[in-house]
Amino acid sequence: MPESPGTVKALGARALAHRLFWPLAALGALLVVNLIATPTFFNVRIQDGHLFGSLVDIVRNGAPVLLVAIGMTLVIATRGIDLSVGAVAAIAGAVACVYIVKSPADGAAGTAVVAVTMALAVCVALGLWNGFLVSVVGIQPIIATLVLMVAGRGIAMLVTGGQITTVNNDTFAALASGHLLTLPVAALIALGVFAATQIVVRRTALGLLIESVGINPEASRLAGVRSRTIIWTVYVFAALCAGTAGLIVAANTHSVNANSLGLWIELDAILAVVIGGTSLAGGRFSLTGTLVGAMLIATLTRTIPNIGIPAEANYLFKALVVVIVCLLQSPKARAVLQRRRDRTPTGPSREEAVV
Amino acid sequence: MSQAEVKPPGPVVEMLDVSITFGAVRALDEVSLRLLPGEVHALMGENGAGKSTLIKALTGVYTIDSGRVVIDGVETQFATPAAAQHAGISTVYQEVNLVPNLTVAENMLLGREPRRLGRIDRREMNRRAAASLQALGIDVDPASELGSHPIAVQQLVAIARAVDTDARVLILDEPTSSLDADEVARLFEVMRRLRDHGTAIVFVSHFLDQVFEISDRMTILRNGRVVGERLVEETTQLELVQLMIGRDLQVLERLDHAAHEATEETSAEQRLPVLSAVGLGRKGSLEATDLNLYAGEVVGIAGLLGSGRTELARLLFGADAPDTGDLTVKGSSRRRLRSPRHAIDRKLAFCSEDRKAEGVFGELSVADNMLLGLQASRGWLRPIPAITRSTLVSEFMTALDIRPADPSLPMRSLSGGNQQKVLLARWLITEPDVLLLDEPTRGIDIGAKTQIQQLVADLAEKGMSVVFISAELEEVLRLSHRLVVLKDRRKIAERPNRGIDVNDVLEIITGEPGGLVEKEWADA
Repeated sequence: MPESPGTVKALGARALAHRLFWPLAALGALLVVNLIATPTFFNVRIQDGHLFGSLVDIVRNGAPVLLVAIGMTLVIATRGIDLSVGAVAAIAGAVACVYIVKSPADGAAGTAVVAVTMALAVCVALGLWNGFLVSVVGIQPIIATLVLMVAGRGIAMLVTGGQITTVNNDTFAALASGHLLTLPVAALIALGVFAATQIVVRRTALGLLIESVGINPEASRLAGVRSRTIIWTVYVFAALCAGTAGLIVAANTHSVNANSLGLWIELDAILAVVIGGTSLAGGRFSLTGTLVGAMLIATLTRTIPNIGIPAEANYLFKALVVVIVCLLQSPKARAVLQRRRDRTPTGPSREEAVV
Repeated sequence: MSQAEVKPPGPVVEMLDVSITFGAVRALDEVSLRLLPGEVHALMGENGAGKSTLIKALTGVYTIDSGRVVIDGVETQFATPAAAQHAGISTVYQEVNLVPNLTVAENMLLGREPRRLGRIDRREMNRRAAASLQALGIDVDPASELGSHPIAVQQLVAIARAVDTDARVLILDEPTSSLDADEVARLFEVMRRLRDHGTAIVFVSHFLDQVFEISDRMTILRNGRVVGERLVEETTQLELVQLMIGRDLQVLERLDHAAHEATEETSAEQRLPVLSAVGLGRKGSLEATDLNLYAGEVVGIAGLLGSGRTELARLLFGADAPDTGDLTVKGSSRRRLRSPRHAIDRKLAFCSEDRKAEGVFGELSVADNMLLGLQASRGWLRPIPAITRSTLVSEFMTALDIRPADPSLPMRSLSGGNQQKVLLARWLITEPDVLLLDEPTRGIDIGAKTQIQQLVADLAEKGMSVVFISAELEEVLRLSHRLVVLKDRRKIAERPNRGIDVNDVLEIITGEPGGLVEKEWADA
């Protein structure tokens, strides 16, 4: 099939203009870097009926951030932000672990199920609290969720009694290290939540109403949108996602440390959302973008030790990649790049409208 | 024109045939303005007449496309607002542009603080500020924090600051809109002092009484053109309003009129009202007002800007919560509407005058914008089925002639008129009994305007109850069966639209020249 160079060029331009081009390019570049550093990086093998390999690890280890980021995406789409997700994750882990430890049958599968259910119920309550502060009391989301971000660690400490609680329950541990149909359970949970959210948001009107609240709250109110319910829903959902992430992290280490579980995960999650192209100003959101963003962050975390960057430089390197991706995405930087490419002088435009 | 005998002082500012074009819109069309020293010059006109643009053209915010600006006999073109200020033209906007957490003196001398040994000399600063304040008769402690004073005082400080930079021209853009009567008196006192010292003051206000109290001369704008320059003492409020609003289409109106007077004969009084408001009011926005709406009837609300037109519509819809009164919809239990949600559930719909801030979702598609109202009342769990969606969208795209005819385009890419039609469609899709339209034709082209007017007439014919608010009296008179006149946040008249013309309405509003003005007070 001979294709004219024009179409190819147009196709290329369209790919370049796509929202996810740069995040995907960065993800690809990171994978290539890894492949150069470790030629076996892409190798995936099946052992004992389980899939193993670096790529599988990335998805598995990226599961908690992905989960938190999915919830965060919806919150950000309503012009909000949830800083408390790390603390909520810690509380969820603490509740589940303490319940299992205190239970007489601490190794039983049933105990793990009750523990997880209880932890998630607590998360619903925490999400209701955040949603209450934001939608009913009307506190700015960044402040409202800061309350729980700070207090939540304290609550988790109270639950664990300040001790690192270690559990011995195979069912619970399977949340992180188990496999189902050769795939790691943690990854399946995160991808499952992703798919379910995507379907609910796009097949019902939830996505539209979330975006309308985020784009123009006053117009939404006048159009009869129940903004309060919508906002409440997204904060509860974000807390549930955070709680699930906390359970996976706790299951991974068979323990919970109220001080460190989920520490700074809110920042990784917000980064994933932003890299994915959802604006912090609210409005249109992209869950697929968030998925790419979360995978980029997970790959980055994996890359740093793999290419021999000292652990001390870890955060610096991460910051660098994030800045580059965000720069490439910003309309302003794009405009500059575009101008350099075209070299066409543009006249000053007068954008003020007549009032 | 008739001021040749006594040689008047030459104008400080003369703008000659100034034009400005934004895109396709001629914002100013050969506008001329003369400001004499020692006068208060009112700049009058309805919204969009070009007052703000003219001020911005004078002060260097906008560059003019053609025409000349002559300051003290020298042709000038300010590149920036700072340059204008430097030349002695200061502007005080409606919103006070000062720093609330600095002191009064600091605000007044911001950027030109007296210094001693490189440090700010506070004592000198307070002394200077006190002197300027005193010269204007403003009694404020210069060392107090600006934010601790009411807005009126802050505004006076802003004026003092503006005058302090040796302003020979002072532009006051809607300075009185947030002031009460005493504060206005205080402001006028200061303005008179300045005028007597030879300052030329430009005064922009929507309050006619205030304009007539303080101004010496006025320039009246309409649709970007000057329609008159008058001495205040030789002008009546009625003449002014006629100039501001314009009466070009009057003959046509009368024809239109005769047409629907016939249909309107079916007396409304015998029927039950669809909506009935008793004593509905809200402090600071509308005095207690009674209003009944009937099916198949268009009620036109007439009144000048700030008369309470918009406030009335918002109270009826529950967009603002009323303090007093009751609202009955279709004879249901007496209850005020506390939120738009309640109103929508009772089959009310409201198109806000502020399309951009209160209607449009720029990033969402035209189709989503159209269906949002219906979707909101269905709740998120019950999405509109795809077939219904496309049927409704294409039906209304065609019915309202929305262009471009692609419902997947983002709303922001549409013109104002088409956006307005999409918003109308949003409400029509919810099949309301009562449709409240606040300035549905403002800022849209004449074609779309006619289409919307036609639509309103058709809807009423089909049995909808419509409230039609517009600054254009012709339009209100053309469409409505019944007319409600508001003034100063109060209903001053209500009568069937029979044989009323624009002049009659203006007479009701201005109270001049009497005769016909029989006020039908609705409140108890």
